[in-house]
Amino acid sequence: MIRLEGVTRRFRSPAGVRLALDGVDLTVAAGEVFGVVGRSGAGKSTLVRTLNLLERPDAGRVWVDDQDLMGLNPAALRAARRRIGMIFQHFNLLHSRTIRDNIALPLVLDGRSRVEIASRVDELMERLGLIEHARKHPAQLSGGQKQRVGIARALACEPSILLCDEATSALDPETTEEILALLDQLNLDLGLTLVLITHEMEVVRRVCDKVAVMEAGKIVETGATADVFLKPQTQATRSLLAEGESRTATPRPVGGTVARLVFRGERTFEPVLSRVSRETGVDHAILAGRIGRFRDQAYGQLEVAFAGGDPQVAIARLRAEGVEVEVVS
Amino acid sequence: MFGSNIDWTTVAEAAGDTLLMLVASLAITVILGLPLGVALYATGRGRILENRVVNALLSFVVNVLRSVPFIILLIVMLPVTVLLVGTSLGVAGAIPPLVVGAAPFYARLVETALREVERGMIEATQAMGGTTWQIVRRVLLPEALPGLIAGATVTAIALVGYTAMAGVVGAGGLGDLAIRFGYQRFQTDVMVVTVVLLLVIVQILQVLGDRWVARVSHR
Ligand SMILES: Nc1ncnc2c1ncn2[C@@H]1O[C@H](COP(=O)(O)OP(=O)(O)OP(=O)(O)O)[C@@H](O)[C@H]1O
Ligand SMILES: [Mg+2]
Repeated sequence: MIRLEGVTRRFRSPAGVRLALDGVDLTVAAGEVFGVVGRSGAGKSTLVRTLNLLERPDAGRVWVDDQDLMGLNPAALRAARRRIGMIFQHFNLLHSRTIRDNIALPLVLDGRSRVEIASRVDELMERLGLIEHARKHPAQLSGGQKQRVGIARALACEPSILLCDEATSALDPETTEEILALLDQLNLDLGLTLVLITHEMEVVRRVCDKVAVMEAGKIVETGATADVFLKPQTQATRSLLAEGESRTATPRPVGGTVARLVFRGERTFEPVLSRVSRETGVDHAILAGRIGRFRDQAYGQLEVAFAGGDPQVAIARLRAEGVEVEVVS
Repeated sequence: MFGSNIDWTTVAEAAGDTLLMLVASLAITVILGLPLGVALYATGRGRILENRVVNALLSFVVNVLRSVPFIILLIVMLPVTVLLVGTSLGVAGAIPPLVVGAAPFYARLVETALREVERGMIEATQAMGGTTWQIVRRVLLPEALPGLIAGATVTAIALVGYTAMAGVVGAGGLGDLAIRFGYQRFQTDVMVVTVVLLLVIVQILQVLGDRWVARVSHR
């Protein structure tokens, strides 16, 4: 489990003092996949780096698995860091070491025996499909393969938490999907707590149970991914979400009642709308829409204009069917 | 006739002395320059052992030594050399000034090579729970190895020039030969032979250095 309380971090530069983290409170439960999104400069990297104290807060507290990290002496902090894996956008693998030796590094630093290192590295390479690359150097691998090595290295000391700072941002969409599937599987198999920093909303949608939205050093919104994405409460979240949408989805002005419908879970795949339409005699035109999946459930978002009959009757029926309806105009 | 002045036994001895001075002074230069370079790097701004006072002090000493022309260093060092190795003459007498001249130079090259190591790698190692010493030994030095070898090559070549100058104050070697016979006695052929030999040594050092760098470089 991770808990931050009032974490503040200032950076002094010639341009003045910059508040990268401004009193951040955050709780990540064990076994959760937690996303942090926000614009460039919002403080995401600074936040994730405070979780293993690569960045020491100026004020506030950091607890990881019930240890107050800021109260630890250097040796105890190093031991605590071994329980927290970390992967990076640019992988940060050592050019001077083979893949095998890169994965072994954390174990070497921890002073494990040769035999133990060899068997643990074999196990990790097997699990991540890296055996054929064992003797290569990082420069000979593709981005996706390098990130697999980064993950294997991060898992070497059997951490309970894995921190990912833009771990897929340097990868193409296909490879991103492959790495996300891998992280998702690790979470399910090992109960690994994941903290995922990203500026790609799609990444959060795909794998995160919960999400926090950051703006100017503050967490402005946090909650279950589906709730935050389907019912954003702040302008910051809305504008981040809007970025991924295509502009052609903007409907032209129409008369009548316009409403936003949200379908969650199995409802998404049922012919609810046409059934209500038939039974109430209220027609509808679909102005914009999106069907997709969160980590745990499918969802549909439709913007419709009702025509003919009494729209209120249709809306009441839709609500009775479990569809969330928000009247726009 | 060109070549009539050349006593090949003397030339061979001189070349042997030059190589001996080179190998010994290079070895000691690397042994002293490497830790000095690591200290310059590590105490620098935003580095793993940031320490302004120590860094400024080291940097000042290195700059002072590097700003003294080698020929002056040779003369100034005389008493110290006698104290250290018992003589200011011959191969032994040349080594202290050669090292004092070259070690600060190599230290700067080491510092530059270490700065090329991406911060991300150091951070990744810190995140793994590595100590500062482990970062130096397991990450910084191995990652900078191509640069450290390239720097040693440059230093070795500079040392070839320094050994020739050391010849002036009685160190022996090819430089001594060039000055005593080639210059003072107008034996042009001796001069040409020594210069060619020095050139060959430099060439070989460069080729070997480049090959070694290529072998350890995995970028
Ligand atoms: N070491 C530093 N020195 C000075 N300023 C810093 C430092 N690290 C971060 N900052 C500043 O703190 C703010 C937050 O930076 P941070 O890297 O956490 O943002 P981010 O949300 O990760 O952005 P990005 O999406 O671009 O990675 C930025 O304004 C940045 O300029
Ligand atoms: Mg960042």
